[in-house]
Amino acid sequence: MNLATPALTVENVSLELGGRPVLTGADLSLHRGELVGLIGPNGAGKTTLLRAALGLLTPSAGRVLVDGRPAKPGRAPIGYVPQRHEFAWEFPISVANAVMTGLTGRLGLFRRPGAAHWEAVADALERVRLSDLADRPVGQLSGGQRQRVLVGRALAARPAVLLLDEPLAGLDMPTQELLSALFADLAREGRAVLVTTHDLLSALDGCDRIALLNRSVIACGAPAELAADPEPWMATFQVGADSALLRLLKAA
Amino acid sequence: MNPIDFLTDLFNPDLAFLPKALAVAVMSAIVCGIVGTFVVLRGMAFIGDAVAHAVFPGLAVAFVVGGNLVIGGILAGVLTAVLVAVFAQNRRLKEDSVIGVFFVAAFALGIVVISRAPGYAGSLQQFLFGTITGIPDSDLYIVGGTGALALGVIFALHKEFVTISLDRESARAMGVKVFWLDLVLYVLVTLAVVISVQTIGNILVLALLVTPAATARLITDRLGIMMLLSPIIGGVSALVGLYISWSWDFPTGGTIVLVLTAGFLLAWAFAPRSGLIGRARRLRRRAGVRAGGRAWGPAWGRRNPPVADRNPPAADESAAQSAAQTRAGRAAAREPAAQTRAGRAAAREPAADPAGELDTETTPEPLTTGVLP
Repeated sequence: MNLATPALTVENVSLELGGRPVLTGADLSLHRGELVGLIGPNGAGKTTLLRAALGLLTPSAGRVLVDGRPAKPGRAPIGYVPQRHEFAWEFPISVANAVMTGLTGRLGLFRRPGAAHWEAVADALERVRLSDLADRPVGQLSGGQRQRVLVGRALAARPAVLLLDEPLAGLDMPTQELLSALFADLAREGRAVLVTTHDLLSALDGCDRIALLNRSVIACGAPAELAADPEPWMATFQVGADSALLRLLKAA
Repeated sequence: MNPIDFLTDLFNPDLAFLPKALAVAVMSAIVCGIVGTFVVLRGMAFIGDAVAHAVFPGLAVAFVVGGNLVIGGILAGVLTAVLVAVFAQNRRLKEDSVIGVFFVAAFALGIVVISRAPGYAGSLQQFLFGTITGIPDSDLYIVGGTGALALGVIFALHKEFVTISLDRESARAMGVKVFWLDLVLYVLVTLAVVISVQTIGNILVLALLVTPAATARLITDRLGIMMLLSPIIGGVSALVGLYISWSWDFPTGGTIVLVLTAGFLLAWAFAPRSGLIGRARRLRRRAGVRAGGRAWGPAWGRRNPPVADRNPPAADESAAQSAAQTRAGRAAAREPAAQTRAGRAAAREPAADPAGELDTETTPEPLTTGVLP
């Protein structure tokens, strides 16, 4: 693997859903070791961008490359952490077994997990610090623990790219901080990590770069740079110069 | 009638239909119990109901042309399941609406078809409410073979079914073929329904599919144990139901369903902490045993080590556990989560414990209290 090749490249991607353009010429690239925050208003196409990166949606124009190869479900070394409500938490399954389902695609049909796979699960659990809860039914976990289960499940397949959809939504501040630190660590270990969020402050605080998305990537850069220039923020969120959002940026 | 008379009747050559009915009922209950686990966990009860009604035109056609009912039902049920799966891909309509359209249509078709047959009222009642007489020998093999096939498929695809039940989008992202697996699951539900329809009837078959699995879900938080308990509950209820219906001349299908329902209500009453077992637990705790159990459910599963160990998913869990334990087990054991600790140690056989927690102060506890009174 060539380190100069971005782990994830979104190249001029346009995409329509139900005849409505959701992305128009979006560009974004992530390198290993980077934690990038994807910020934009509701309906800006954040989740669509993630789904395109996973190969679940086919762009009408442009292309998505993972480690230099076109994205395709099951092939690319890419981990997906969906929003928490996408997961059936009432399902009677232990934390370890839920994390093991992250290897279902890798294992393929009819193959049962072997020692190496359980080892990968144990590693993932340790990485998200859930080893002590490995046998707990997922339904008994708190919000932050649940988020960590989803991250662990994505890590089980040892992906080069990690996509997280609103991982901090609905969590209290200490939990958010804990998770943000975890995401930063995961990036430092050589993964490319992309996090969508509505929490501007924690994104400005924790991310290496921030991408502002509304239909396309309007601006992308280091938090300090971006915070200094209100223009792209006004364009992304469609707000005026007197918006509280901009005052918040100045304060940050 | 006492059970011995029932046994005598079972072996009476003049009543040859009785053991056949019992075999078919118990086999159907076992298959429905296992397939029903996913029906209950995925909230597919409505699909089960739909498929149960959808097999009706197939039965009716088979009845009118004198073909094999089971095969006719399978064809019609699978066809409807495929139609629902295909039409449900249209995002504008939710799946339940598509199901609503097709199952009533199929049922209506069945009624029209069967009205062409002579003696229509009587046979209609048999279809709807089941009968224990007139099961041909060939059905025993068809039911047995179909059931074995369904169970083989569900175990072969177990990890895929679990994965798509948890989170479809992530499953898709991993390259798991969600649509095809859904289709296979629908077909399995169809097979389970069709083999059960004859004894228990078209209307009541849903109970065989849903009630044992729902009862098992009340009792345990472990999928493996649920998939073991559910067919046991179903099979025993079928046996008891048939015995009662034979003794008092009750309709068989209805009696089996009522027995199942009684089991469900029992589980409901005894599952929460307010139940008898919960009270027993508290008594034990007062007797000086420290067991900080929060929910009774998970502990139930863990307190049955022999069952858990015979059961593949549960065995996997302890393997994961072992792997996890070697790394962080000691730290975990020191945490004051008494419930997890106690439960975990109980679930694991001492031999399977990789030097994890045997040195902690709680280890003796499950060994002395692991048996329910």
